[in-house]
Amino acid sequence: MKFRRDLSRKEDTRLNMTAMIDIVFQLLAFFIITFKITTQETDFNIKMPLEAQGSPTDVIPDLIQVTLRSGEGRNISAIEVDNMLVQERFDGPDMFSELTNFVEKTLATSGDPTTANEVEVEFIIDKPLRYRYTIMAIEGVSGRVLPDGSTKKLVEKIKFRN
Amino acid sequence: MKFSVKKRRASDEGDLTPMIDMTFQLIAFFMILINFSESELSEEIKLPTSALARPPKDILDYKIILNIDEDGAVLMDGLKIANIDLLNPLFSREINQAQREGKSPQQITVILRGHEDTQTGDLQRLMAKCQENDLEVFQLRVKEKR
Repeated sequence: MKFRRDLSRKEDTRLNMTAMIDIVFQLLAFFIITFKITTQETDFNIKMPLEAQGSPTDVIPDLIQVTLRSGEGRNISAIEVDNMLVQERFDGPDMFSELTNFVEKTLATSGDPTTANEVEVEFIIDKPLRYRYTIMAIEGVSGRVLPDGSTKKLVEKIKFRN
Repeated sequence: MKFSVKKRRASDEGDLTPMIDMTFQLIAFFMILINFSESELSEEIKLPTSALARPPKDILDYKIILNIDEDGAVLMDGLKIANIDLLNPLFSREINQAQREGKSPQQITVILRGHEDTQTGDLQRLMAKCQENDLEVFQLRVKEKR
């Protein structure tokens, strides 16, 4: 018995890839267009329960009151800690270093390091102040970046007085 | 004059294999990087920067994202709300939804994305409004400083 090889249909064995390439390019275009480069977003945690009226609180943590004053152009003009002026001049890259130093000193003098976690900072902020200074101040009390790139935590409990 | 025609029809088509390989690689790359989860974040908010804040450790079950623009208007779920009293029904809806799954309002985290030039007072008013609705856990969102 003789088998005939059909040589004339040899080219048909190739797949037609046009449709697939079309779809693949469509997908590629979609992903390229929707792609956006963003920097990582991070958070400062703040817990602010409504003050229970009349009920005695179990533990009264050490409270540091930080007042931020707003000046010309809604920029920061002064920082007071417990009604004491701490900083009036704001220039240079590390604007809130004096506040950080003050908080660090307060924590160091509070004696027992185990109670340092109980220290709470309450912010009293002039309403028009730009939000970026509020964040800088929160950053200033919550820790400092050491020269080797690591961070030293200072105060974790932060609240605002309305 | 006689021209000789070479029969090389099969190789007239270029080899598409490397191009398809590369294209699939690119698609895989962009597919992995695409992020739909943060689509409720408003693009026009320029967040303040901070070197100390850390990325969130765990994924929050219940969160409300509030964007506050430069003029103090709140952007929530694609709506721009200038009067914060109008937020009450939106908060109630979120709280009801959480309560149906056995979560209390205190377990809902409110993520505040404030524009760096907005008035801190506006943000505090918003926090007070949240507290009226028993929402008391907040996260102030900032951009990582490099």
